[in-house]
Amino acid sequence: MASITLRVNGEGRTVQVESDTPLLYVLRNDLELNGPKFGCGLAQCGACTVLVDGKPVRSCVATVASVASGRITTIEGLGTAERLHPLQRAFIEEQACQCGYCGNGMVMAAKALLDRNPRPSERDVKAALNGHLCRCASHNRIVRAVRRAATELSS
Amino acid sequence: MSPTRREFLATGALVVGFALAPRAALGQPATLPGSLNGNRRLDAWLRIDPSGTVTIFTGKIELGQGIGTALSQIAADELDVDLKRIDVVHGDTARTPNEGQTAGSLSVEQSGTALRLACAEARHILMTAAAAKLGVQVADLTINDGTLTAPSGARTAYWELSADAHLEGDATAKIKPKPASEHRVVGQSVRRRDIPRKFTGGAAYVQDIRLPGMVFGRVVRPPSPGAELVEVDEVRVRSLPGVLAVVRDGSFLAVAAAREEQAIRARDALKQSARWKETASLPPSGDELYRDLMARSVPAQTVAEKAAPTAGEPAKRLEALYTRPYQAHASMGPSCAVAQWQDGQLTVWTHSQGVFPLRGELAKAFGMEPTSIRCIHAEGAGCYGHNGADDVALDAALLARATGGRPVKLQWMRDDEFMWEPYGSAMVMKLAGALDGQGNVVAWSHELWSHPHSTRPGSSSGVNLLAARHLATPAPAVPPADVPQPAGGSDRNAIPLYDFGAVKVVKHYVADAPLRTSALRTLGGYANVFALESFVDELAAAAGADPVEFRLRHLRDARARAVIEAAAQRAGWTARARGDGGRGRGIGFARYKNLACYCAVVVDVSVDRASGRVGVTRAIAAVDAGQIVNPDGVINQIEGGIIQSTSWTLKESVRFDRTRVTTRSWGDYPILRFDEVPDVDVVLLNRPDERFLGVGEGAQGPAAAAIANAIAHATGQRLRALPFTPERVKAALGQKA
Repeated sequence: MASITLRVNGEGRTVQVESDTPLLYVLRNDLELNGPKFGCGLAQCGACTVLVDGKPVRSCVATVASVASGRITTIEGLGTAERLHPLQRAFIEEQACQCGYCGNGMVMAAKALLDRNPRPSERDVKAALNGHLCRCASHNRIVRAVRRAATELSS
Repeated sequence: MSPTRREFLATGALVVGFALAPRAALGQPATLPGSLNGNRRLDAWLRIDPSGTVTIFTGKIELGQGIGTALSQIAADELDVDLKRIDVVHGDTARTPNEGQTAGSLSVEQSGTALRLACAEARHILMTAAAAKLGVQVADLTINDGTLTAPSGARTAYWELSADAHLEGDATAKIKPKPASEHRVVGQSVRRRDIPRKFTGGAAYVQDIRLPGMVFGRVVRPPSPGAELVEVDEVRVRSLPGVLAVVRDGSFLAVAAAREEQAIRARDALKQSARWKETASLPPSGDELYRDLMARSVPAQTVAEKAAPTAGEPAKRLEALYTRPYQAHASMGPSCAVAQWQDGQLTVWTHSQGVFPLRGELAKAFGMEPTSIRCIHAEGAGCYGHNGADDVALDAALLARATGGRPVKLQWMRDDEFMWEPYGSAMVMKLAGALDGQGNVVAWSHELWSHPHSTRPGSSSGVNLLAARHLATPAPAVPPADVPQPAGGSDRNAIPLYDFGAVKVVKHYVADAPLRTSALRTLGGYANVFALESFVDELAAAAGADPVEFRLRHLRDARARAVIEAAAQRAGWTARARGDGGRGRGIGFARYKNLACYCAVVVDVSVDRASGRVGVTRAIAAVDAGQIVNPDGVINQIEGGIIQSTSWTLKESVRFDRTRVTTRSWGDYPILRFDEVPDVDVVLLNRPDERFLGVGEGAQGPAAAAIANAIAHATGQRLRALPFTPERVKAALGQKA
């Protein structure tokens, strides 16, 4: 076990883990963050996505050692139920899910997209989210939610 | 998670039960509507807390379909309370009514009907108590958000009446619920109560449960369905960091560790050291699969047979064979459960669709009384039917026997889910029909071959949980009988609603399944509607008729006609329009189960003739679900149903060789992605004075048929084997050249 300090949602957090532990298990189990989800463990579905220095990272395969120097943001770091981030608000307003298990990854990938492209077209949103799987088939609602958030953020 | 829920979880294995009132001692009690019939006590359905909260209890569980919100809408209207006051408790064997499985698109029909009647009756009891307290007539009271006011201005409230208003009695269902004209919340697109926590990192799923002392489990499944464990180095794995227990019982192998990644590493180590004896127990693949299925010697059972009312002379006969492969639920989140043993009592937190049937199956597996087991529902990822949810509950419970009372959270890995979930059965549908000289259908037959579509807990005398068949003393699964008509299982939606003269429907139910199969959304309905509605188009083409006109010509049910007409109108359907070789349009229709919602779907497709790639660019649906409780909820279900069906229809098929399932990851099982998703437009035909009709499985069959019909319209080539992969499409188009 190694002592590793991570910077998560603006706070320094030190955990005792093997350095090759996937970030996901540290976020979920040590830091008790529910947002990132275990979907496949293979970086194929996107449910575990977090941002590291603003870029989307699949936390199920990224080791803690590989992100120890970065700024990690999870969906909890965007906003809370009381103070929603425009993306969270838009997903709720568009009712953009059924089960919602993929929703964490969708929101985090959308955050990265809007940071680099504040007014994405429908095609841009679909391209940015194409590596994220949704099985309930809420795709169209998700695209609407991202574009709604873009409008709010840039107005 | 709300404080009440957290407090409740903290009570651990404490089993509190409410006694169901005994049935009338003399004679049979009257049959009550919906789930009220099996759960008669009013306080089984709702409680009013002195703090001003109304809690409704339902045996139906939330799986992202929005049932908790829809039920709270029904209760709010019947009780005249604000939605904000309502708390919903789902599926808990110690707290809620037993409503069996949350399946078959029946939750609003069964639970909603029961809650509506129970709340109407509770309101009446509360008003009577309030009138007595205030010394006025019931008719003189006005109600606003649970506060009752007399003409004098004197007032009381539901939550002040608990001493006088007794809800312990049995429901009579004699208090008439409100007419639709008085509904304020039902019929509104109320936002779902489960969504905010899902987007803010709240504890929303069973995967998010954390209990004091909890450890992490993983299961090591055999490499193939026919495999047996020969040897494994348990000793070495027990010495790995964090490992607390290795459980080996026959071919069941599982490990618990202090940390989740340690459990995963120990699983890998067990996998590497385990030696298995494998047998080739699986059927052939490709076209051979269907020949094999049709060759099983099982008796042909006649499902429906009807003589022609007038004997039209057949002028033209047609026959066609349609196939559907094994398809997976493929939930985004692998199945998960938390289990804990304390003093011989078992508590399981589960995303099972039926906590009571699961409890019964666990009781059989452990040789215990059901009363010593408590199953508590917590949401999982969308399941779309019977996936690994129940199986993982037994896995966790078996492993938790070795952790000294510490709770175990066990989640399957991705390959566990793909290789071991029960699939939607492969099916063959052989359709035959005849047209008379005027192009009307005068004879119709539908013959099908299928494995079971429901092997859920409670569906037979066996233990229908995966691990039970791997134990040293196995409790083999007993193949269940097919789900009977009128809903049907393998033969669901095989009986046409059209007037087709002489009709015969025959099924070959192959109960013995080499690959485990069970309920995938619609059961046999998806494949049967795909075949039936494809064949309607084939007959229409043979008759030189427009597909919409041809359907309407054979259909008397006014509600069925209305959805077809509405979808065609919204789509701008042009009679006898011709496809242009690359683009086409098709329609499909069904009334789900021939009992639930009516749904017609029109789709536009584009076919890239060079690559064989089919794109569904647009889908228009019209739906009649009787009285609509939450319009956006219905739209969400239909939209999702169409897109999921597009994925099944264009892409999905479980792969296997004669020994092993080779579908293990998303790489082996592609599903529809953002850039392939059609625009979807849903028209709702609300009928507020009609009863609820389930909607969750209404669109899948019609969407599949509409896609097949649109491809035929575009290219002139009929695809009859699902899925319509580029290879298949190219092969079909090549034949023409």
